[in-house]
Amino acid sequence: MGEFIQLVVTGLTTGAIYALAAIGFTLLWQTSQTINFAQGEFVMLPAFFALAAMNVLGLPFSLAALVAIALSVLVLGVVFKTVVVDPLIRQGVLPLVISTIAVALLLKDGVKEVYSAEAQPFPSFVPDTVVTVLGTPVSLSQLGVLAVALAVIAALQGFLGGTRTGRQMQATAQNPTVARILGVPVERMVMYTFVINATLAAVASLLISPIYLAKFSNGEHLGLAAFVAAIVGGFNQVRGAIAGGLLVGVVDNLAAAYVSAAYRQAVPLALLVLIILFRPQGLLGRREERAV
Amino acid sequence: MKARLPLLALALVAVALVVAPLGLQRYGTYILTLWLVTSIAAMGVNLIVGYAGQETLAQAAFLGIGAYTTALLTGAGVPFGLAFLASGALAFCVGILIGFPALRVRKHYLAFVTLAFTVLVWLVIRNEQWLTGGVMGMNVRRPGLGEINLRNHQNFYWFVLAITAALSFALWWIVRSPWGRAFTALRENALRAESLGVDVRLYTLLAFAIGCAYGGFAGALFAPLVGFIDPAPFALAPSLLFLLMVVVGGAGSFAGPFVGAAVAVLLPEWLRFAQGHYLIIYALLVIVMMAFCPSGIVGLVRRLVALRPKPSTADAPAAPAKEAA
Repeated sequence: MGEFIQLVVTGLTTGAIYALAAIGFTLLWQTSQTINFAQGEFVMLPAFFALAAMNVLGLPFSLAALVAIALSVLVLGVVFKTVVVDPLIRQGVLPLVISTIAVALLLKDGVKEVYSAEAQPFPSFVPDTVVTVLGTPVSLSQLGVLAVALAVIAALQGFLGGTRTGRQMQATAQNPTVARILGVPVERMVMYTFVINATLAAVASLLISPIYLAKFSNGEHLGLAAFVAAIVGGFNQVRGAIAGGLLVGVVDNLAAAYVSAAYRQAVPLALLVLIILFRPQGLLGRREERAV
Repeated sequence: MKARLPLLALALVAVALVVAPLGLQRYGTYILTLWLVTSIAAMGVNLIVGYAGQETLAQAAFLGIGAYTTALLTGAGVPFGLAFLASGALAFCVGILIGFPALRVRKHYLAFVTLAFTVLVWLVIRNEQWLTGGVMGMNVRRPGLGEINLRNHQNFYWFVLAITAALSFALWWIVRSPWGRAFTALRENALRAESLGVDVRLYTLLAFAIGCAYGGFAGALFAPLVGFIDPAPFALAPSLLFLLMVVVGGAGSFAGPFVGAAVAVLLPEWLRFAQGHYLIIYALLVIVMMAFCPSGIVGLVRRLVALRPKPSTADAPAAPAKEAA
């Protein structure tokens, strides 16, 4: 039982991080029709910004983390939107999809060539001590990661639902034409979405890298987890991405322990296929649109 | 005259392809054969992406299915011809199985399902050592063909060339048949095609499965070509490269996959001095190309040809240029 609870806590921790990536992915898809196949690489990259800031500039970890978030907002938010998405969305969705795949390759091989092909140890902001909660040993750093991730998600939900800008962003996501007629500055809202996605990716990166180590190829697994989380939860809902992320994290960890470590990655994929077969709109999603 | 010109060009290309290995070393012939095999898989991707308007991220996985099927069957003494057909048939069936649920939902779901499938196939190839040899890989013998020794690299090239020609012709026939025109109708306007009685979902599914079968056929040739297979060429990254090469060549045009495969096979050779940077250069190239010429290299060439001023039709170039774009 103690082992089970530990696995669930570990699962919720990685799941909360998957949720961060999945939320950004759904927001982008909703607001700007950008299906970002580089989402996993977006989560992989900021850790290397932080590492570079620490090892090259000699900054302390806290400052390096801020530098990583700022650089992510600039590169993965503003530059990605203006240089890649804006010129390509005019050519249609397929060229844009292809370009995000190319961006994924670019970031992956860029990090491999410029920084290192080896997995890099990454500092954790909470010390890795073990505390006992209700008779079950739980890692303090995991609880810290979980708390930060959930706080960021709560802040985002508060922003989207409780502020004028947040509501304008939601309106843009639901129907850009009507939003524009009602006086919403749609272009600015789309830009905000890219900035939020980059911020979420950076936070996810800083949280996951102490667990997985920072490696150029991390994006493959993280991206897949984010896609599965978004689809399983119901991609037209932010809370769907949250539920999907947590679920994928827990299932992933339980499967590794009880099913087979070698096929750990396969279990979320099986979940994806089951959802597509029996509940294509996702667990919390609304039914919409036609198939082809 | 106008209809004969492409035929003449085709004949010239065919002759050039047949005599090409005579002037090449062993390695050059190997690269040329690899290009043909890659082109077969790319043709399949082109049917899925260029004609049916879907995205597949699993062609390398189907290549793997074909390669391991052929390796296992020929290893067990089954003649190569049968193994080749079985590879394509298995890829076709698997394509139906994964395409069916994905195409029920909505656009882009096939991309995610094929993405997941690629990871799954790679896991199976890596983990099931008793069957595939895992990361240690397995050796594949080149088939014999009656009296002809296919261990000779030139003979094997001609053998692959003949199969490529047959598969190209089959695809050309599919695309030209009323059945294939339904694909084009689909891509141009799915809603209108449906209202005219085209069963959109069935046609898309069949296009996907046939595209997968081409991946299987390519795998069946890939295994004896390289002589040793391990999980690496069938992972996610090569699958992404298959999609990219078709779009770079020109999705939806018949020559596109051949051009794209040539770029994908030759670029790492030319950029050998750049070592690992070649993927970075390639990715940048793809982004620039998508921004300025989403119809790929073939589209670019068409646009340039249309723009060239012709003395007899001085006022014409503007219109075809628009068409090609």
